[in-house]
Amino acid sequence: MLHSIVFYVFAGIMFLGALGVVFSRNPVHAVMFLVFTFFNAAILWLLAEAEFLAIVLVLVYVGAVMVLFLFVVMMLEVDVEAAKRGLTRYAPLGVGLALIMAFELINVIWLRGQMANVDSGFKPNPEGYSNTEALGAVLYTEHVYAFEIAAVILLLAIIAAITLTMRRRPGLKVQNIAKQVAVTAKDRIRVVKMDAEKKQ
Amino acid sequence: MIGLHHYLTVGAMLFVLSIAGIVINRKNLILLLMCIELMLLAVNTNFIAFSRYLGDETGQVFVFFILTVAAAEAAIGLAILVVLFRNRRSIAVQELNTLKG
Repeated sequence: MLHSIVFYVFAGIMFLGALGVVFSRNPVHAVMFLVFTFFNAAILWLLAEAEFLAIVLVLVYVGAVMVLFLFVVMMLEVDVEAAKRGLTRYAPLGVGLALIMAFELINVIWLRGQMANVDSGFKPNPEGYSNTEALGAVLYTEHVYAFEIAAVILLLAIIAAITLTMRRRPGLKVQNIAKQVAVTAKDRIRVVKMDAEKKQ
Repeated sequence: MIGLHHYLTVGAMLFVLSIAGIVINRKNLILLLMCIELMLLAVNTNFIAFSRYLGDETGQVFVFFILTVAAAEAAIGLAILVVLFRNRRSIAVQELNTLKG
């Protein structure tokens, strides 16, 4: 009973947060609402006993990705007024599309749910079950190849982000280290041999 | 009792809302990226619900990799956005018509 109440409360708050993301005109507010939505989603994941991923969602997603978003939003000065003009023209289309899709999806889920009889809730996990341990046991054995690929994807993201945003300003005075190291005495000093001259 | 289809309903509502957000905020590239993040969150919620329902951790491994790829995607997308803003002084979608010919 308490479980249901917590679920409905946090699902409702999460939905309000998502509404805030979609409909707020200020991008900074939208990022803040998105952070809020992620926190509530983490609580829902905790209720589904996916503890490790709930913590990862808060640490990695809220802590890193959303901060990156916030940083970019604050760095770029976005014209709020220009974005506001587009709202009225396409809002009815968007909302209509969303309502139709929501009706269809929820219909399908609840009709199929009645047929398959999945209404009884989740089966309780066995005694002494640890989500992190179970996840690690499959992640490093069965899915280790995908794990390595994920590492490569992250490396790719680092390299791509750095090369995209690195900028070379023309006319900037910089050292060329390779040239400095490769220099020899011959390049710098010219020894001139000449006869001694009489003092005048 | 909270079961599989409560979670699926939450995921569906979040997904639908983010689709509406993409249609409504189609002028602002940052908000489009944020709606995509919201969509991924909905999909991840579905994965976790099915993982719990079937008692199989593979669904959670999937969520793990989706989070990884989404982080990479956000980093590269925002880098592209910064370069775009540096070159054009604007990130409005309707002004991105250089390839139109």
